[in-house]
Amino acid sequence: MKILALDSSGLTASVAVVEDDVLLAEYTVNYKKTHSQTLLPMLDEIARMTELDLDTVDAIAVAGGPGSFTGLRIGSATAKGLGLALDKPLVSVPTVDALAYNLYGAEANICPMMDARRNQVYTGIYTFSSDGAFQVLQKQSPCAVAEIADRLNTLGGEVIFLGDGVPVYRELLKSLMKVPYRFAPAHLNRQRASAVAVLAMEYVRAGKTETAEEHRPDYLRLSQAERERAARDSQ
Amino acid sequence: MSEKDILILAIESSCDETAAAVVKNGREVLSNVISSQIELHKLYGGVVPEIASRKHIEKINQVITEALETAGVSLDDLDAIAVTYGPGLVGALLVGVAEAKAISYAKKLPLVGVHHIEGHISANYIENKDLEPPFLCLVVSGGHTHLVKVQDYGVYEILGRTRDDAAGEACDKVARALGLGYPGGPKIDRLSAQGNADAIHFPKAKIADSPFDFSFSGLKSAVLNYLNGCRMKGEPVMEADVAASFQKAVVDVLVEHAVLAAKETGMNKLAIAGGVASNGTLRRRMEQACAENGIAFYHPSPIFCTDNAAMIGAAAYYEFKKGVRHGLDLNAVPNLKLGER
Repeated sequence: MKILALDSSGLTASVAVVEDDVLLAEYTVNYKKTHSQTLLPMLDEIARMTELDLDTVDAIAVAGGPGSFTGLRIGSATAKGLGLALDKPLVSVPTVDALAYNLYGAEANICPMMDARRNQVYTGIYTFSSDGAFQVLQKQSPCAVAEIADRLNTLGGEVIFLGDGVPVYRELLKSLMKVPYRFAPAHLNRQRASAVAVLAMEYVRAGKTETAEEHRPDYLRLSQAERERAARDSQ
Repeated sequence: MSEKDILILAIESSCDETAAAVVKNGREVLSNVISSQIELHKLYGGVVPEIASRKHIEKINQVITEALETAGVSLDDLDAIAVTYGPGLVGALLVGVAEAKAISYAKKLPLVGVHHIEGHISANYIENKDLEPPFLCLVVSGGHTHLVKVQDYGVYEILGRTRDDAAGEACDKVARALGLGYPGGPKIDRLSAQGNADAIHFPKAKIADSPFDFSFSGLKSAVLNYLNGCRMKGEPVMEADVAASFQKAVVDVLVEHAVLAAKETGMNKLAIAGGVASNGTLRRRMEQACAENGIAFYHPSPIFCTDNAAMIGAAAYYEFKKGVRHGLDLNAVPNLKLGER
């Protein structure tokens, strides 16, 4: 099975092609947020290097959210355009799940956190069982750092943090955490399209694909205008 | 020997309309699909950028597929993909741009980025097969009021523009003050039909030293002041008269400036374009003024005045013929200048 994967949910832009248990190519850039200008040229670069025939791809995977609203749409629209043109199914992989999957095999509690502004992070809690099965202990959601720290302290056991929320909340975490914790190193601590691709294979096997037409990002948050309107209506 | 036909799939998502069209040789529209979000934005009294962007991504593939099916063509039949890349709402533009680039890349089709206003101007080519540059064009919409000299295909000179509110924007604000709701232009036009356009005298702003520039914020304030004055004095407001008098003031200025510009630049062809170009009063007055001055008058049907992708396909055809191609790094440019490449 060959998967083409995209992740432009945060500051990182990443594209990868994975065939079965081989990562054919991955291009990941953590620089300025110009995903609109970089994502497709990055794909073009790895496609040329690996002589990739796009028609041989089985599915197009995309980090489906949460993340930067605009970033998610750049990834989504790119995936939808590719899916439409190539007549391929899409796989929408939860962004935080894919981040956690970077730490395959870790039996500690894995806690990715993406800076979600408004004093929140997009986060979840994950672990791998001793047989390597990926377990979601707490589904991805927007949440206050103190709240997720409480949950981790209650769960007990060692924690590994990763994601672009870590540099923002490192000091706060130091003051809140009562259980042992570590921060994932540079090669594992940000979005990687290869992780999106590998998780996507599970989705394909489980029949959890979408058509390019029906795919849309899962923002996990309403727009500001909708929130304000809902608040007005509830008064 | 006839040249090969050029088929372009065009995509437009700069504001609150998700649109796709297939256009043949720049002037023959094989399909023109528009998914409007207007009902949704009415709840907020105007276009909410984040909501517009979210709707675009939900609709875009469906709209493109429908455009291809209606035209009876497949992506393999196309010569190029065209997309609006500015001006407009950046998040909204990005959806169309990313989608168009991905299709262009996967199908190895040339990509042509189009300026939204150049699209509006080019809408005139669709139904006026004889219209060719040079001509003068008045572009009026919710976001734009421009008097443009179209010197050649893709070559534009801006003669005048609004210094503050766009004409459509002023309509929206006055409509809101009258409690008519959003979008204001069509509602004011309808109400005006029952009112006396000479009932109230609203000022027509002239800009010193810039006879072709516009200003509508003073007029808008005058209407708001008038309404406040009536309320303070407890006088009843004849809403139809206010709408008609306001609309007359807007239309008078638009027509006067456009005709003056045509005369001074020696143009004998004048076109209108943009959402406000479907305003019935503006059309009638412009037609009349052009007839009186020996100027040929052109205007698109309402379906090509509103934001649509057929007009983008029309503009793209002439760009394509000139060899304009954009790369996979094409970005949305929310404040793209007219004529900029």
